[in-house]
Amino acid sequence: MKNDWMHAMVEKCMHCGACAGTCPENAIYLHEVVVEFNDLCTRCGRCVKLCPVGAISMEAKKK
Amino acid sequence: MRTDYDIIVVGGGPAGSMTAYHAAKKGARVLMIEKRQEIGASLRCAEGISRKGLDKAMIPVDKRWVSAEMKGAKLVSPNGSVFRIDESQAGDEVGLVLERHRFDKYLAERAAKAGTEIRLKTAATSVIKEGGVVKGITGVSFGEPFKLTAGCVVAADGFESQVGRWGGLDTVLKMSDITSCFQYRLTGIKTEPDFCEFVLGKVAPGGYAWVFPKGGDTANVGMGVLASMLKRPGDVKMYIDKWIKKDPRLSCGQPLEAVAAAVSVSPPVEKSIADGLLLVGDAARVIDPITGGGIANGCIMGKFAGEVLGDCVQAKDFSEAALKPYERLWRDELENKLYRNWMAKEKMTTLTDAQLDGVIETLAECDIHEMNVYNILAALKQKMPDLVKEFEEFI
Repeated sequence: MKNDWMHAMVEKCMHCGACAGTCPENAIYLHEVVVEFNDLCTRCGRCVKLCPVGAISMEAKKK
Repeated sequence: MRTDYDIIVVGGGPAGSMTAYHAAKKGARVLMIEKRQEIGASLRCAEGISRKGLDKAMIPVDKRWVSAEMKGAKLVSPNGSVFRIDESQAGDEVGLVLERHRFDKYLAERAAKAGTEIRLKTAATSVIKEGGVVKGITGVSFGEPFKLTAGCVVAADGFESQVGRWGGLDTVLKMSDITSCFQYRLTGIKTEPDFCEFVLGKVAPGGYAWVFPKGGDTANVGMGVLASMLKRPGDVKMYIDKWIKKDPRLSCGQPLEAVAAAVSVSPPVEKSIADGLLLVGDAARVIDPITGGGIANGCIMGKFAGEVLGDCVQAKDFSEAALKPYERLWRDELENKLYRNWMAKEKMTTLTDAQLDGVIETLAECDIHEMNVYNILAALKQKMPDLVKEFEEFI
């Protein structure tokens, strides 16, 4: 299931797969040029920090 | 279309093609799938390789995929001191800068000629397991879902390294074992056309900046920063843009290509095989943690993998026990150096700019005939005994 809190900005993303290889939960999949985040995501933020171009953002938890 | 193979290789990079080539040569029915629409593109590489690495993988040098031949390397310290390593000192380690678009296609061509079937725009999305044994993959090919069975699935999926994880092998990295990278192909620059350049220090925290010549006044100009030293998202691009702007030799250039990537600078995986599953290349984390180079190691591993898999096909046995010779072969060849360089990287990333200046200045002053870790330490020992002591502990 796709999650609704992680986003990759298509205008910035260079589809390099750095995020997918860094995710410890297998929560990121790179479909050739489209990054998909699933609900295994634990919001650890590693992909946000690692992305070479700063394309990934994480929404704050809804209360 | 066939749905059952001896070997399915996931990923059409050098390690995947080498595995496919050697397995197919031994008579295996091999399918190699590539997620992208082209083998060798898009580039995610600085393209440097040593001649020795190509020799070990038994790949004869072909001018069609050589971009530039190097005379040596230059290490630049934070204060601008330069230490040159030329051909006579570095021997076979002096390298070539490849044209990866062509190199990868050349290796895939060889695999195809040996009988490998190749499908592009075809991605794996999970592995099929029965009773703990990997039996194949599911995926998507040109938008159509598929299911394929195989005696052995080869995970050659590079840094992403997800196939192994789906199959139960641990390929997760620590943030201190990943570098986040950005590179431009710059043209119209004024750097030396036959020396690779490595710039150390806080210009690229925990990593380095590089200039790898591509012929004429063009070069791959890039930078890697250790992920655990990143502060804000997009830091790497900010660091490299700042560095290029400050260096007049580079700031006069214009970009032809931009590349983003992550590189593992970790020890190799604890386990590269399972029943019906095998990891090769970056997917097995065999990039050299000091240099960040991984093409040669991936090719060497692919050769071993293909040869062992060829034997497995003959014996119709793809169990972990049958794959064991592969694990032994690549560890004997690569593991010691990878571990040593990983430990050296752990230490290197703690050095201050002043310490790095001291190291480079000392090396530049003394006359080292043959570059190796022992000779470097011997040279440094006189001037920086305390620093050398820390390194000696693990060498």
